[in-house]
Amino acid sequence: MGLDLSMNKYADVPYEEKERLFNEVKADLRFHHALYGCYECGICVAACPSARFYDFSPRVIAQATAREDVDLIYTLMNDSIWDCSQCFSCDRCPRHNSPGMLITIMREVAVNNGLQTAKEALEGYGRIIYKIMSTGTQVSPDMLQPNAFPDWGPHVKDISDNLEWWRKALPPETLHTTETGWAVDDKTIIELYLIWHMTGVMDMIEEIDDGLHMILVDVMEEKLEEEGYDVSF
Amino acid sequence: MIHLPVVNQARDRNFELPETPPTEDYHDILDQLEKDGEIIVQRVPEPYIEVKTKYGRTKKIPVERTWHHKSCGQCGHIPGYSTSIFWLNRKLGLDYIDPKDQTSCTAWNYYASATSNPAAQAAVAIRNFAAAYETGYFPIIHCGTSFGHYKEVRQSLMHYPELRAQVRKIMEKLGKKLVIPEEIVHYSEWVYAMRDRIAEHQVMDMSPITATVHPACHYHKLIEEDAIYTPEIYGAQRTAIITGVLQKIGVNVADYSTWFDCCGFGFRHILVSRDFSRSFAVQRKIEVMKEEANPDLVVTHDTGCVTTLDQSQFAGKAHDKKVGLPVLSDSQVAALALGAHPYLVLQMHWHNTDNKPFLEKIGIDPEEKWREFEEQVDKLKNGEQLYLTWDDVESVPV
Ligand code: SF4
Ligand code: SF4
Repeated sequence: MGLDLSMNKYADVPYEEKERLFNEVKADLRFHHALYGCYECGICVAACPSARFYDFSPRVIAQATAREDVDLIYTLMNDSIWDCSQCFSCDRCPRHNSPGMLITIMREVAVNNGLQTAKEALEGYGRIIYKIMSTGTQVSPDMLQPNAFPDWGPHVKDISDNLEWWRKALPPETLHTTETGWAVDDKTIIELYLIWHMTGVMDMIEEIDDGLHMILVDVMEEKLEEEGYDVSF
Repeated sequence: MIHLPVVNQARDRNFELPETPPTEDYHDILDQLEKDGEIIVQRVPEPYIEVKTKYGRTKKIPVERTWHHKSCGQCGHIPGYSTSIFWLNRKLGLDYIDPKDQTSCTAWNYYASATSNPAAQAAVAIRNFAAAYETGYFPIIHCGTSFGHYKEVRQSLMHYPELRAQVRKIMEKLGKKLVIPEEIVHYSEWVYAMRDRIAEHQVMDMSPITATVHPACHYHKLIEEDAIYTPEIYGAQRTAIITGVLQKIGVNVADYSTWFDCCGFGFRHILVSRDFSRSFAVQRKIEVMKEEANPDLVVTHDTGCVTTLDQSQFAGKAHDKKVGLPVLSDSQVAALALGAHPYLVLQMHWHNTDNKPFLEKIGIDPEEKWREFEEQVDKLKNGEQLYLTWDDVESVPV
């Protein structure tokens, strides 16, 4: 289905609420370096992979934010931004805009404010967030399970059947792991937890996925306490 | 799809670089911040190799004393990337560290889910940089997205004093300094810079092979400034990495009309909306390569690109698409040219698309090599030893 830009869909959301979210987008320190105006030349669209497969346009993102069209921005923030591939092919904009960066910022605001559409976009993604935040590596060998990647064919089963041996057969000693991409020191993980804590990332997770937040808090608190840190999230 | 013609390079016309580069010089800004006592700049250790970047500035690539910033996707799903990089270092007798005091850059998650923010992303980056600095070894980044994201982080830290203050405070709490390396170096830049030395050790004839190249978006589009360009490769109109290495070891590099296109990885798409990634990779990249260049091999240099281009072909086959191109990284191809074992070092069994015809074309018997791999693995299965080591790998004759 195409993108509904009629503005009817979110007509019942108060303008003030839409404006409040846009003001959060504008308040991001990167915003003014991501947008200098827009010629409507369409170069970003020509380079954009998502524009080929979805009813999606980085030009519309730049136009809407440059014109401060609060209603349109709200619609895009709900129904368009999650189609972006974050490849930054659009960085070749002759106006030196970065529509991809505008989208990064808009996504962050959507997550921070717990928008329902952001929750839906991230459905099924929680286990990845859990992995990266709790272990310090995002993609682990044991994720290669046939039911997770049926479209990659029987080769995935081959890997998962032989995983333990094939990992032990890797010559670098950091790579014998199956639950993480490589072996990360405990001290390093503790430092990562402190970063999540000190930068408000845990609050973002709470906003978007309460259950995930609780599990992460459990894992982190235990490790931090073991190391003598008194941190209550 | 309407095919655009692949245009041959101009024979008698060179494009000049602008006299004044259109971008700021990050070296100057970092130097000034260091003078002001705001940051520590970790200098590239000697010996280094000088290369030129997009607007003609000079970038230093360290030869050795490198601290290998590994990649989640490579180490987790395509480990032959890293093993080949380390093998090349060992083969050339170079000093390096494979650290455990390293986390992911966490940028894959950031670009996929936005469940982070600039302060957290910068703190993760600087924690890793500080960890490298403490060892005295220079960071070399394996992942194209980590490379691109770290350039973004550097850009933000150079321009936003409030972010510097916030990150400095976090680093103080961790007992670390705010360190930014003089250059942010991707491993494929190292392979490119070392191509002459690599070629000196070549034992395999790679001339039967034709390859197409896919450069990673986050390498040459995201903060385009410090990607490597040279007039000898595509008239300096495209980045020189990968292509420069392949040409040096005698691979025939063939062009195709969607060279600039993304692979379709999409960060969140490859994990939870793979229909997009599959369609894009097959229709805009693999089919175009096949129709226009019919290569033996696709060579790229980033985690997401190998994953998407390789894994998407299985479903493409079911839809009768023109697929069947094996995908490797430049580090793997360079190692292979120097006689590295296709399974013990290149770890080609983690890749999906059939790569046996490619091996046979350069005179390698894949069945025999697989037997050698299994013989080594049997040593683990029968309890002779716990893990394979570099010595085990090197004991198998080329
Ligand atoms: S390339 Fe830049 S100026 Fe052109 S339409 Fe896109 S955002 Fe606007
Ligand atoms: S970053 Fe997003 S908007 Fe920009 S080119 Fe890539 S997919 Fe399109």
